Amino acid sequence: MAVVIETHELTKLYGKHKAVDCLTFEVEQGEVFGFLGPNGAGKTTAILMLLGLTEPTSGSANVLGFDPVREPLKVKQRVGYMPEHVGFYDDMTAHENLQYVARLNWLPDSEAKTRIDRALEKVKLANEADKLVGAYSRGMRQRLGVAEVLIKNPKLVILDEPTLGLDPEGINSMLELIKFLSREEKKTILLCSHLLHQTQQVCDRVGILNEGRLVAKGTIEELAGEGIQAEGKKLSLEDIYMRYFQEE
Amino acid sequence: MFPIFRKEMADHFNSTRFLILFCLVICVALLTTYMVSMNLRSELSGGAKIEYLYLMLFTTSGQFFSLTQFIAFFGPLIGIIMGFDAINRERNSGTLSKILSQPVYRDAIINGKFLAGIATISIMFISLVLLLSGLGMVVIGVVPTAQEVARLALYMLISIVYVGFWLGLAILFSIVFRSIGTSALAGVALWILVSFFIGFGSGLIADVIAPVEQSNPDQVLKNQRIADAIRRVSPVNLYSDATSTIMDPYRKTTKSFVLIGPMEKISMSRFNSALPFTQSILVVAPYLTTLLALTAVCFGFSYLIFMRQEIRSI
Repeated sequence: MAVVIETHELTKLYGKHKAVDCLTFEVEQGEVFGFLGPNGAGKTTAILMLLGLTEPTSGSANVLGFDPVREPLKVKQRVGYMPEHVGFYDDMTAHENLQYVARLNWLPDSEAKTRIDRALEKVKLANEADKLVGAYSRGMRQRLGVAEVLIKNPKLVILDEPTLGLDPEGINSMLELIKFLSREEKKTILLCSHLLHQTQQVCDRVGILNEGRLVAKGTIEELAGEGIQAEGKKLSLEDIYMRYFQEE
Repeated sequence: MFPIFRKEMADHFNSTRFLILFCLVICVALLTTYMVSMNLRSELSGGAKIEYLYLMLFTTSGQFFSLTQFIAFFGPLIGIIMGFDAINRERNSGTLSKILSQPVYRDAIINGKFLAGIATISIMFISLVLLLSGLGMVVIGVVPTAQEVARLALYMLISIVYVGFWLGLAILFSIVFRSIGTSALAGVALWILVSFFIGFGSGLIADVIAPVEQSNPDQVLKNQRIADAIRRVSPVNLYSDATSTIMDPYRKTTKSFVLIGPMEKISMSRFNSALPFTQSILVVAPYLTTLLALTAVCFGFSYLIFMRQEIRSI
């Protein structure tokens, strides 16, 4: 299995505050890796460093064989990133928004059109393609964000809190989309969330981040098996998570 | 960069902001030129045709102000209005982190936005001057000479550079300040400072540094030089000095204060001839260079700050 993301003691300081502290982890091709942690644990900062949107204070990262500090453009060509508050131009239609992103990726217009139509179909927004994004609901915007990732046809998809602020139905369709990306589109996915229950449904492996440090990583079964065996009952991710934070 | 340029151009032309600005400029310009041309017609009818009559359309003030004064005064506001929210609006709506996670260099964003602004301003100015020229021809019935056309073209170029400087400055403010309101206010504050207060301030400072006693010519000259030097820190004054020489061929120097003896005065009034176009350009070249340099400085700072900024989606 090829390694898609590899970091070595990645550290980011803001003044004296360590936002990310010696983060070392790797993500293998084809898996869904969940990045878990409470708010302010450094998840987003870690992602920004992987994309070359901010420079690490020390340590190194390797994404798809490229160093994000040296060759950010090559990384960005191959990675689809959906930020936490996904932004669109409200005065443009969904189709126009996607077309702009396609142009920024230098896709020829004819190719872009087929990709956009297909992506909008996949996220079930084909009927709203010509509506202004300003009129979209939060769930629709989030799905449009996934469509934006799809038209790039990236090898690696990074999703930052994709289910945040969605209603149960929205959460379900988002999780379905993530599964679709992973199983049918064969993408490697790095998923960032503090909503454990949902992450558990889609992630192959997880890494738990607290105060910038990676406190645990592995499959959910592995993590459940570590330490004290809970009295015969199957541990959920939530139990594992609480265990790590109670030890603090 | 081209996709960004293309989108920003479309945005400018679709925006209500641009529409209002364009209407305002066109209305004021049409009104001024019309009044000036009516004035010229009534005052000069019957006499022999003055050389460079056509340029007077733009430089004589009618009821209120001349067109060149209007652009000198109002041009900065055009630049500021078009650029004050260039970067921070995108940052606040989360689209900046979206764009930057695409394979795009950061400087391409600034360049694309700046070039789109410049292109919009150029289209605005060129159409404005063409419109006014047409109006002028109809009302005063005079066709411009080749030299006048060349002077007008150079005037347009300087104006575009001038507004471009303010656009660059506004973009710099939109990078430095996260809030749209702050960047707009900062731009307007600087505009007011350099267009009004620097005029008063230069005189005061010059009086402190080089006080004048009993109109000693040496002291007067020194005082005036210092005042001029301070005054020219302001791009507004740089621009008005430069354009007044271009648009008025009888002005041979940009200095507002010239010491001449009585004999010189007589000879000047007897041989008062216009400066050739190439000589006007020579007088103006340093001003144009300074304006360009100021724009380049704004850009330098913009790049420097923007390249090192962390882009978060909030």
